[in-house]
Amino acid sequence: MNGGAQAVTPRARRDTGTWLAGIWLALILGFLYLPIAAMAVMAFNESVLYELPFKPTTIWFERLAENERLIRASVNSIGLALANTVIATVLGTMAALAFARYTFRGKTLLRLLLFPPITIPWLIIGTAMLVMFFWIGIGRGLHAMLLGHVALSLPYVVVVVGARLASFGPALEEAAATLGANPWQTFRRVTLPVLAPGVVAAALFAFAVSFDQFVISYFLAPPGVSTLPVEIYSAIRKGFTPEVNAVSSIIIVVSMGVVLLFARLYRFGGVPSEGGGR
Amino acid sequence: MLNPRRRTWALLGLTGPAYLWLTIAVFLPLSAMLYFSFLTVAPFGGREAAVSLKHYQAFLDRDFYQVLTWRSLKLGLHVTFWCIVIGYPAALALARYVPGRWREALLLMVVLPFWSNALVRVFSWTMVLREGGVLDSAVRMVFPWLEPIDVLFTYDAIVIGLVHSFLPYMILTCYVSLQAIDGALIEAARTLGASGLVVFRRIILPLSVPGLFAGVLLTFVPVIGSFMEARILGGRAGTLLGTVIEDQFTVVFNWPRGAALSFILLAIVLLILAAAWPVLRRHLPNG
Repeated sequence: MNGGAQAVTPRARRDTGTWLAGIWLALILGFLYLPIAAMAVMAFNESVLYELPFKPTTIWFERLAENERLIRASVNSIGLALANTVIATVLGTMAALAFARYTFRGKTLLRLLLFPPITIPWLIIGTAMLVMFFWIGIGRGLHAMLLGHVALSLPYVVVVVGARLASFGPALEEAAATLGANPWQTFRRVTLPVLAPGVVAAALFAFAVSFDQFVISYFLAPPGVSTLPVEIYSAIRKGFTPEVNAVSSIIIVVSMGVVLLFARLYRFGGVPSEGGGR
Repeated sequence: MLNPRRRTWALLGLTGPAYLWLTIAVFLPLSAMLYFSFLTVAPFGGREAAVSLKHYQAFLDRDFYQVLTWRSLKLGLHVTFWCIVIGYPAALALARYVPGRWREALLLMVVLPFWSNALVRVFSWTMVLREGGVLDSAVRMVFPWLEPIDVLFTYDAIVIGLVHSFLPYMILTCYVSLQAIDGALIEAARTLGASGLVVFRRIILPLSVPGLFAGVLLTFVPVIGSFMEARILGGRAGTLLGTVIEDQFTVVFNWPRGAALSFILLAIVLLILAAAWPVLRRHLPNG
């Protein structure tokens, strides 16, 4: 539509572009947020059948406070996510250190092995875990879910911590070693402080992966034990009530809070060197 | 720095735990499931299991499974198509037309819902698509004479829900390769008299192929393995290969059959990744 380039100045052309870009992005943000907003609004509506007109109430949140199944599921979810965060962050950071500071045979293979857990559809991994854990007697339950969640979070931790490690070379550590620090002191006093933002970001990532994980938990949940997403899924399939909206709204707020925290620590997509240029 | 012996131990100590974990939780289970897919019945409760190909044979014999596999693949194509059509221009807009100070905030807003629970986001569409929902109410407010709109429990509802789930992926991957394009290249082409369309076709599009490609893979592969979205938004219209696999494990308890279907799905995924490998390898950082 800018075919007559001679007649239009670059400036005017860019302004039209900016306008169109703004409209398109606004439409997309609408598409992305509209359903979530609708769900949250309905959590505060009195009608069980989501009927309008809107009559404000907090009754669904009060019901939630009395719903023991959901509370137990929430406790499970948070506990699982915390345990997952600690284990995945520690193991993943260790592996990332090995990748960043050593060259060794089989490194490429080990890196490649990080892909299956994140590229194979969760349905396949989840059912495979169910088969295996049932077969060898690990069984289902929170411990089985923890096994699964850590495996899914590990690759992300290795990548995020690895990116941070790649941003500063081994020179600092070598300097510390030359000055007489032993490997542990070097790690404690030099590597860890510089690495900290990456580790914190990876930990938040791991928390989010576990807290939002549904498919794996679903297959590994025995009757009577569940996490929040599993509980919500069964509630939805039984026919939904505004209580589901209420708990879902809380989850959305918590998840988004974690990501905003993550974004503060770990700027992604931004162009670090040039602020306003294109 | 370290002697070879200590170096080996350090390496083992650092990578061992993570990979042991991955082996127990991912690689052994996948092998176990491959084994199960060749058994007649699951070897639990004293049942005799024999090795056989009958569950793979069932896939070939029954049109039902093949039809569902096609449906899943078609769903993957539809969702990927809409993600490109909506997401690529958005990434382009973000990378080239939005002023820097807005860019990061907008990008964050695009990615934010992606990090909230997938299940919850799919559920939220039931509020919009059902009769008497947001869409229905809005349309009938403007055109009161229209029939009620009830998109829920249709194929389209599944597509909408999945596009909503995967659009942020597509925007993010396309954005990353688009914003890496050197602005000087475009200025040069402009100075030499290239029109906007030519600049797009000859410079911007080719240079953003890796991001587009990554987005396609990250959308298509999970979509063909999806089941929860189809259950919630598709209702009876939502039978897919994924939902049939889920049923084998949670309702029918024919685990070998489910395992065989899972591996057929995995084989499809691997074929796609293998076909993509030449392009992927060229664009992967450090080989």
